[in-house]
Amino acid sequence: MSKTGATTESTESTETITFREAIREGLREEMKNDDAVMLYGQDEEDGESFEVTAGLYEEFGGRRVRNTPISEAAQVGGAVGAAATGLRPVVELSFSDFIGVCFDQIMNQAGKTRYMFGGASEVPLVLRATEGAGLSAAAQHSGTVHTLVSHLPGIKTVAPSTPTAAKGLIKSSIRSPDPVVFFENKTIYDERGEVPTSDDHTIPIGEASIEHLGEDVTVVATQRLFSEAMSVAQDLEGDVSVEVIDPRTLYPLDAETIIESVAKTGRLVIADESPMSYGFHAEVSSRVVEDGFFTLDAPPQRVGVPDTPIPFAPGLEKEVLPNGADIKRAIRRVE
Amino acid sequence: MTFLNIDSPEGRQEALEKMLLARAFEDTVQDQFADGEIPGFVHLSQGQEAVAVGTCGALREGDYITSTHRAHGHSIAKGLEPDRLLAELYGKEPGQCRGKGGSMHVADLDQGMLGAQPIVGASAPLAMGAGITAQYGNEDWISLAFIGDGAVAEGQVHESFNLAATWGLPVVFVIENNLYSEGMVFDEQHNIEDLADMSASYGVPGVVVDGQDVEAVHEAVSEARQRALEDEGPTIIEAKTYRYRGHFEGDQQPYRSDEEIEEWRDERDPISNFARKLIEAGELTESGLEELRETAEAKMADALEFARKADEADADEAYEDVFVETVPEIEQHRERLAREQPHWGEY
Ligand SMILES: Cc1ncc(C[n+]2csc(CCOP(=O)(O)OP(=O)(O)O)c2C)c(N)n1
Repeated sequence: MSKTGATTESTESTETITFREAIREGLREEMKNDDAVMLYGQDEEDGESFEVTAGLYEEFGGRRVRNTPISEAAQVGGAVGAAATGLRPVVELSFSDFIGVCFDQIMNQAGKTRYMFGGASEVPLVLRATEGAGLSAAAQHSGTVHTLVSHLPGIKTVAPSTPTAAKGLIKSSIRSPDPVVFFENKTIYDERGEVPTSDDHTIPIGEASIEHLGEDVTVVATQRLFSEAMSVAQDLEGDVSVEVIDPRTLYPLDAETIIESVAKTGRLVIADESPMSYGFHAEVSSRVVEDGFFTLDAPPQRVGVPDTPIPFAPGLEKEVLPNGADIKRAIRRVE
Repeated sequence: MTFLNIDSPEGRQEALEKMLLARAFEDTVQDQFADGEIPGFVHLSQGQEAVAVGTCGALREGDYITSTHRAHGHSIAKGLEPDRLLAELYGKEPGQCRGKGGSMHVADLDQGMLGAQPIVGASAPLAMGAGITAQYGNEDWISLAFIGDGAVAEGQVHESFNLAATWGLPVVFVIENNLYSEGMVFDEQHNIEDLADMSASYGVPGVVVDGQDVEAVHEAVSEARQRALEDEGPTIIEAKTYRYRGHFEGDQQPYRSDEEIEEWRDERDPISNFARKLIEAGELTESGLEELRETAEAKMADALEFARKADEADADEAYEDVFVETVPEIEQHRERLAREQPHWGEY
């Protein structure tokens, strides 16, 4: 199995960069590799809201990097048309909460075109969107909606937790012949990590990574909660041995890696910032129950948002946001 | 109460007072945000006060507005009190929305403020929908949407224009064209000079008005309101204006020059120009103006004290108001997360 730490253990040269820079590097390299890759979105020429694409307009010019009016439906629908006719558009949707205004284009056009046309077309587009709370941005700018999109047939969804994964996966997403929605948690843009500098560094879509080995409890943690889970694992060292898995791709989900880990530990905690009902938690739990029920020594535990929108006031926001303490309590319940 | 009889000296004075209050409110917000007292994202509208006050001053009690992410001026103009508005920006319990909304989601149904909508374009269908209610019940009020120039590129805005026009709804659309949408300049987003020209596609009147002139805005909205009340359907008004601050507080504004901003501030400020006009007409003295400024600032000092001293929202508040009839899941999830005991093996 090449999954455990495969991306960091190699002899490749690396550099320490932020999550934001990792995505930018991935975008830059793929734009260099393939003239069909173009970026567009609102304020894209200035690097868009979170400055992920800063400098790319200067480097690649107005043919490759473009501003659009505020028209998410046209942005996504247009990307389907562009992708089906030979481009590889990377479209920024800024806050994923805005997905509502272009949901038809995601659900019915991006996700179904190829299928409905009997495989006659390919739709190699990437939609980038930010998720996550913690900035007091209130309910319409703080949501985590990846479950909604992962539920749609015909779409792949990616949600990296580390700079390495971010770079490797943005590159794979651009190279993917299928539509990919790439979710970026906005609160981890400044987290740093070792990232391979090679142009060839990619991470396959659909492959999880075991980032911390353990024997007692498996914690599957996404995005911001991944680094929280890593800290908890270190905190509990010597007491509870925690295995931490970053699924990296939400759909398709690398259930095999998770099931194998649970076969070893017998216990499962799923930490993800989306609402707890009907979500990513339920999917992971259900896969493990279906295929690994008899390896479980305790009921799987969910850590997430208790089905509320995200409130504005910092105190209230903190109240509903899951964190390391929640992960620790969940581990304590089953260890 | 929002109506201002702008044809009278009292009404004009009130309009000036409201603009000064809106400006003072946002100056306070600007400072307190810079000091780290106000969390989240803040979008200011200094420079656009004449649109807010001219528009809301033409409305009557019972009329509704919907607003955008840049909603402080509209809210003050519609009659919201600065203390509860500011407390909301602080995320405090007595805030307008009990700390759950913040700057981008302020509402006050009692004052006819149906809500700030940071989903760009969403203010249009909401006001259109209120117009359906008014028409359906043969009510004597209208609804009005503030829409940004950038928002006019959103499909839902056009769907709302079309539906309101086709059904002859009592709605007024006020496009506040401040030349910028985040960092994109107007002509990068639209291929026409006057957005009001779009009205032709819907068969409704389109009006371009100087958004720096509170009286002109008031007059245009009053006429549109009258048409709406007389079952003549919607009007699309475009008010040409300008914002002095960045898109949000903290915006470095690489997309425009300081000179451009200074030029608007010096030559086209809606408050100074209006005050000068009143002084020249003998309706106001320099010292009278100074007094009005001081009153606005004193109001803001009180509001600031109120907001600072107000209680934080209670943690339980976070779980309230998701539904009218509660569901068990929220409490269950909450308890599940917080549960220290028992260990599952003890079951
Ligand atoms: C659906 C949606 N897309 C994008 C955004 C991000 N956004 C917030 S305000 C804004 C610019 C709006 O410009 P305009 O309508 O002209 O209003 P102004 O900021 O000039 O008042 C953008 C793009 C959003 N909030 N909602």
